[in-house]
Formats: sequence, C-alpha cells, structure tokens
Amino acid sequence: MAVDYTTQAAGGIGDAVLRKEDRKFVTGEGRYVDDLKLPGMLHAAFVRSPFGHARITSIDAAAALALPGVHAVLTHESLPVETGVLSASNPGGDVRHPEQAILVKEIARYVGEPVAMVIADDRYLARDGADLVHVEYDPLPVVVDAEKALEAGAPLVHAEYDSNLVKTLEHHTDGFDDAMAKASKVIKLRVDNQRLTPSAMETRGCIGDWQDATGEVTLYTSTQVAHFVRTFVSIVCGTSEAKVRVVTPDVGGGFGAKLNTYREEFAVCAASHAVGRPVKWIEDRTEAGVATIHGRAQVQYYEVGVTDEGKIVALKFDAIQNNGAYNMLLTPSISHLTLFMVPGLYDIQDISIRIRQAFTNTTPTDAYRGAGRPEATHGIERLMDAIADELGIDAAEIRRRNFIKPEQFPYSSATGLIYDSGSYDENLDAALELSDYAGFEARRAESEAKGKYRGIGLSTYVEVCGLAPSAVTAALGIGAPGWEHSTVRLHPTGKATVITGTSPHGQGHATSWSQITQTELGIPFEDVEVIHGDTAFQPYGLGTYGSRSLAVGGIALYRSLGKVREKARELAAHLLECSVDDMEWTGTAWQVKGSPDRSKTIQELAYAGWTSASLPEGIEPVLEATTFHDPPNFTFPSGTHVCEVEIDPDTGRIEILKYTAVDDCGNVINPLIVDGQVHGGIIQGLGQALFEETVYAEDGQMLTPTFVEYLVPSAADVPEMTLSRTTTPSPSNPLGVKGIGEAGTIGASAAIVNAAVDALSGLGVRHIEMPMQPARIWNVIQEAKS
Amino acid sequence: MGETITVTVNGTAHTAEVEPRTLLVHFLREQLNLTGTHIGCDTSTCGCCTVHVDGDAVLSCSTLAIQCDGREVRTVEGLQSEDGTLHPIQQAFHENHGLQCGYCTPGMMMAAVGIIEQQPNATDDEIRAALEGNLCRCTGYQNIVASIRAAADQMARS
Ligand code: FES
Ligand code: FES
Repeated sequence: MAVDYTTQAAGGIGDAVLRKEDRKFVTGEGRYVDDLKLPGMLHAAFVRSPFGHARITSIDAAAALALPGVHAVLTHESLPVETGVLSASNPGGDVRHPEQAILVKEIARYVGEPVAMVIADDRYLARDGADLVHVEYDPLPVVVDAEKALEAGAPLVHAEYDSNLVKTLEHHTDGFDDAMAKASKVIKLRVDNQRLTPSAMETRGCIGDWQDATGEVTLYTSTQVAHFVRTFVSIVCGTSEAKVRVVTPDVGGGFGAKLNTYREEFAVCAASHAVGRPVKWIEDRTEAGVATIHGRAQVQYYEVGVTDEGKIVALKFDAIQNNGAYNMLLTPSISHLTLFMVPGLYDIQDISIRIRQAFTNTTPTDAYRGAGRPEATHGIERLMDAIADELGIDAAEIRRRNFIKPEQFPYSSATGLIYDSGSYDENLDAALELSDYAGFEARRAESEAKGKYRGIGLSTYVEVCGLAPSAVTAALGIGAPGWEHSTVRLHPTGKATVITGTSPHGQGHATSWSQITQTELGIPFEDVEVIHGDTAFQPYGLGTYGSRSLAVGGIALYRSLGKVREKARELAAHLLECSVDDMEWTGTAWQVKGSPDRSKTIQELAYAGWTSASLPEGIEPVLEATTFHDPPNFTFPSGTHVCEVEIDPDTGRIEILKYTAVDDCGNVINPLIVDGQVHGGIIQGLGQALFEETVYAEDGQMLTPTFVEYLVPSAADVPEMTLSRTTTPSPSNPLGVKGIGEAGTIGASAAIVNAAVDALSGLGVRHIEMPMQPARIWNVIQEAKS
Repeated sequence: MGETITVTVNGTAHTAEVEPRTLLVHFLREQLNLTGTHIGCDTSTCGCCTVHVDGDAVLSCSTLAIQCDGREVRTVEGLQSEDGTLHPIQQAFHENHGLQCGYCTPGMMMAAVGIIEQQPNATDDEIRAALEGNLCRCTGYQNIVASIRAAADQMARS
C-alpha cells in the first residue's frame, strides 16, 4: 500500500500526518549537545590507550599542564568518583563483572580505553594538551577473537579470573536428545555474525555542570536513557540522585549505542566538580570507533534435525559471544535475547542452546539495533536455506512447512516466550506476490544470458519487542524494570502537555503521541506539546530502545488520556447535572446521551477543572493524570523480506535489483513514520550484509575506526525499496500495536545473503559470510570454480 | 597568533579574529553561533558539514576559516526567506519525511541545493550518485531522494 505523504491528513491515529518535529531541524534550529554553551564552560579531551592490553607504568602530565589554557589533567588518582562503570545485567546471577574504572586504574584492556582527561579553554587546546601527556605502557599479551579467548592458555583479559568466560547461557528441552536421534537428516552450519560499529551520525557528547554550593549536578548528554544515566551518575559520582538532573537535548541517532551509561558521562560530571566549571566533551568520529560500544560479534554453530519432508524436529545452537573487555549496561543480556529468538517463527519444540560469552581485548559490545535478535534471525534464516538446499525443497515452501500457524496463538515457544499474534503465511504470500517470486527463473535466465549470476533470497522473521514486563526483566537478571511513564496535563486554555518517559532520537514521538492524544482526548494535534528526555520533568522514564516506545510508552500515554477523559466525564456530568452513566463521548466532548445541545467540550472541561468553581464531590482540581504502565507481555512483530540480486563475476560486486518488505507491526499510528523506520532499518541490515565490519588486528589494533575504513552505506549503494504491511493487532495492549524500530534490520541481512548464495548456488556455493564485499564474493566465485 | 578575516555569511559581513588552524565549521559554530552546520566525522567522509562558499557546496570541516576571507558563505540558516517561508528543499524534506533525527539534514539539504543547481533534471540514480558524500544513518535515503526530486520539480516550476 503506497502512502501519499503529501496529503496532510487529519492528525489522528492512523493518519500519515507530517512531523511536527521537522521545522527546527530543516532550519538548523535543532539543539544537539554540541550546540550548547554554558557560561565558563571548559572542554575535555581524553588520552586513550594505544595498546590492546598494557600496564601503565607512569603518566607525566607536566608538559600538558605547562600549556597555557590547560586547566587540569585528571587520572584515576585525581578524578573524584566513588566507583567505576556499573552494569545492570546479571542473567543467572553469576555473571563475572570486573571493575571498570572511569579512567584506567592500572591496566588498559582495549585500544581506546580512557587513561587521562585534559581540561582546557577550548577543544583545540584540550587536544593539544592530550597530545602532550606522556604515558609509559608495558604491553601485555592480547586476545581479540572470542573463540580463541575461550581456549585453554589464552591470555587473560582479567587476571583475577581463571578464564575469559563471562557467563554461559543455556536452555535445553527434555525431549531434545530423543528428537534429534529420530531426525532423518542432520544439517550443520557455522555463521559468523560480524562485529559492527553503530555509527549514529551524531557522535556521543556531554556537558557536566556541578554546582559546588548545593551539590547539584546537571548533565546534558546525547542519550536514549536519561534516567538510567541519572541513577548511575548519582552512584558513581557520590551524590544524591535527587540532586542530579540529566537533560537530553536533540539526539542525532542512537541505534542502541546511546542506550548505555558511559565513562565520559561520569567523567565530565566529576571533572566539573574538580575544576569548578562546566566541562564539555564531544566525541570525534575516530574516537567513536573505539569508545562507543560495538554490536553483534557472535559466532554460531547450528545443528538441525529434519524429517524427509523438511519439518524441523530438533535444533541445537552453540554460540560464542564476544563481550569485549568489560560488561557495559546490558552486555550479558544481549545474547540472552538471541537465546529467546533462536527458533524464530518456526514451530520447533525440541531445542538445545548454549551461548558462551567471552572477554577479549576489544571495545565492549552491547545493544545495537535489534540487539541479539538480528543474530538469531540471520542464523536461522541461513539455516532454512541450507535445509531447503539439502532436501531440494523450495525456500518459501520449507518455511511454510515449519511456520507457527495462526491457530496456535498465543504460542508458547521452546525458549519460554508467549508469542502474542501473527500470520506468517500472509506475510510470505504478500511478499512473494509483490516480488514476483514465481517469475524469478525467467529473470535468472536473462541475467545468465548476460554472463551474470542472479539470485533471490527470503527472510521471514519474528522479533520480540515492547521491552518489557518488569517481572520478566527481573527474572532475566536485569536490574531495571520495563514499565513506562506518562503524564497528560490540560492547561486552562485547553492545550495539552504530554510528558513521556520515552526518549526519541529520530522516531517522531512528538508527532505520534500528539496523534494518539487527538484521537483519545479530542485535543487537536497542533495543540499538543510533548516533553521528553529531561529528568526534571519526569518522575522516571526508561527511555527508547527495543522497539518499546509505542508498545509501552504509547500505552502509558493511552491510559493517562483515558484517565483524563474519565475525570472530564465526571466533571461534565456534574456541570450538566446528570449522572455519569448518562454521558456519552463524542470524540471531542462529553454530552448527555442523545442531546448534543447539552455538552461540554474537552477544552471547556479543562477550564472548568482549573477554575474549580464547582467540582463534584471527591474530585481534585485540574485535568491531569499520570500512569506507570507495565506491559503484561512482549509484542511480536513479524514479516517477510525478499531480495533479488545480480552478481558480476568479473568484479564480485553485488547489485540489489529489487527489495521487497512486508511487515506486520500490528496497528499503525503513523504510516509515514513506520515506513521511515523500515527504510532505515533495512539499510542498516544491508550495511551489515554488504559492507560493514569492525576489524581488529591480532595485536588489538582497531583497523576500522573511521568512515574511510568502516563503510556505512551511501545513497548510491542502496536500492529503492518496496514496502507493504499486514496487520495482526497485538492482543497485549489496547492499541494493538507492536513496534517497528528494529524490524527492518532484523529482516534484511538474511534476505540479502540468501539471495547472493542463491545466485552462486549453481557453482556449488552453500554459504557466504558477511560482509559480502566484492573481494570476498570474487574469491568465493574463484574458489567455487576451481 | 590571530588573523583578522571578513566573511559574509548568509548576507551579513562578519569581521573576526581566528587562529590560522580554525576550521570553517568551528568558526561558524563557535564564533558565529550558527550551529545548524554539523560535524559527523574527522575524515571528510560524511557531508554533515556541507555549506556553500561562493555558491559551491564545500565541506566546512576541511576548509580553513581564513580561506574564506572575503568570500560568501551560505549555511542552512540562510535557506529560508526572511518572512520565514521555507526554501523548497526544506519544504520537500518535511513533506517527504526526508529526515528522522535531523543530524545529517542541514548538510544533506545544502548538498541537495548544489545538485539541483547543477543538474536540475537529475534522475534518481544521478541524485544518488551525487549524494554519495553525504551519509545518513536513519532514513535509508529513499525519502531523501524523493525529497530532492520533489524540490527539483518545485524549483523548476517556480
Ligand atoms: S564533518 Fe564529515 S565531512 Fe565534514
Ligand atoms: S536523519 Fe538521522 S542521520 Fe540522517
């Protein structure tokens, strides 16, 4: 269904209304953290370890301190903090959590780890000063590869442990061994889900402003999770949480990388405390390559037992997750999300999963768009093609034979989740039709006639979104809940302020939340202001990640709107002198049933609630309501993506000829925003499939810190996409929404790789690792031919 | 150590003292407080910092402020008309959902204006090729290309 975005729609739920956020961004009036200046503000630069593993023997700051304009050089000894970085993730309760000092204490464990901090009048001088800090290092043995890190005798990243094992996650069903023994065929596959650099266009940055007289500290930071940051700043910096305010200005993309609490955020607060002036730090891109978390980095070994008809009877998954040198906010939980989604959208009841997490001398990994779920989807979707290939069954048909059927919902997965709803055949049918799957062989022949290889690839996915029911996060060892907050406040003039605990950074919540408010409370779209990302205004907010904002935060809003509407009803009944039961809601007013002449608009009621001249018994003044909504379950968006590629055997270059995506994210609030999320998500998945890879040399050097080596797709590299939707509303929430922020990324990489493998299948190629850069493809072709 | 330069930015002449090493982007952002021009990399690869100097789209992160002495610079703040009417490229980005987080957007629009001026009838493929030096991590580019096409049509009509 193509949406005509140019017809400005009415502004309620379901309308493709244009975004109210846009104007400030297109006029250059966005306010990102680097745009802020505080009186007396100084600038920070970090001295970072050039070694993957080294003991610091001395730090000499004399030359830096002698430079005019340099105010201080802070190290572990002098930075006033109480503790190191904290992690909120401890699945099973026995995860190894080594100390991660804010500035390196004694031993640096990855390239880029911050060793010292230089505070100066401007950013140029801070950099000059950093270059003058002389640090002596005693290099130690390095391990960067997670599989090698778990071998006996590997260099230890943390000498206090007897191995580099962080944690082993396991899940086995009782019937697994029997089921596997009965399989008529067992197929094996190794898949390397490579390390990625999230690469939001705005790097991280923050300003700490510590008021000495009161102990109050304000932190401006580019984050997805202001409240987490506040809680942790108070603990790390040793001040009352009630004295910490975290302000999120406009955020230039996050993709999970800003779902964290970083050393630099604590350091600027502590440094401001130390020097008595505000301190700003803005990450440069080369720094971002090592100082901001990476994603993925999981090697998987699959073994699947199937019947002759291609029905999966047992699935074994053994993976190694590279956690990097330390655990960040959620590091140990990311591969836990992989664990949940190992069976994908297939009805597989016998399963055996082991995921071993390893420390290595690399930047820590954590949530990157999809966070553990793209890894599961990519692997199982490669596996489905391997099964299809082995049994000579069509790739679409093999999926169909294994799908969970609509009548099986709510469906209990072998990994303990309850899938809410879905219609996987419908997604597949729609995608096959839109992509003209049936007509593919003729197109393959056309390409062959030109000397090129053409292939078509499918990816059918389900994801777990709407993170998360708090009882579940607690059971999973995450030291944070999953609910979300909203407040709806009507002003005397009938305008509305919506305060949300979600923290948009491109997702358009101001627009979507205004649409929900218009539909549910009758306040026009343009009369709604949405406030987010400032801990001074919100009781608490869990933030934006895991495709949770609408499915959790949107429902929190929906419920507050309902509370305000009900309070307005009592007020209207009182003013119109009739019983509450006699009132009916028109969409914008309460009226006496069947009597449009006896009604009060929501604006009139907002005014009456404020003046409080005459309130019903027991009703407090002002139309305002707050909700903390804890979702009863996750949501389970799904979809089918189809990719068609052509490969030039002379260059190894893959051209994407056609990309079709059919997504089911439940009900849609704003189709324009949903399509935008899918577009961006697919291209991030495409980036992983074709170009992106974060590479370390054996000695721990980072080889891909900038956009010169780390290839983020450009407009010239990517195709026009064709999108469509199916809808199975989520029964877990009253809006029937599921979430769409990560779907594109989760679905895309497997569709593209499957297409490339299909293109080269005639040469006997059965698997290709990502990224499929031309050199790799060229080599695959040469090897297959020889 | 300072050099005195005079640069006309969005029609207003500014005389200021800068260090020889001061980049144009820092001069605009820090000294003139024109923070609409962004920085996304340190290798001249992302295009976030694109501005026009004497009518040509350039990377302000790879241009020294002193190189602009006596020249005319146009930034995103200079796109809309004085009465607040958006430039066709700004309007088109809004109408086609050509932005999400908005960080790449000023540079994208400045590059786009350059593309439209040089190739008013550019095809989608030509727009994509010309946009190669401007990265966006949010949109997947589809709506950016649509925005530029729409703005080109609009500018051709007017
Ligand atoms: S900031 Fe990236 S090209 Fe100028
Ligand atoms: S809109 Fe976010 S980088 Fe382009």
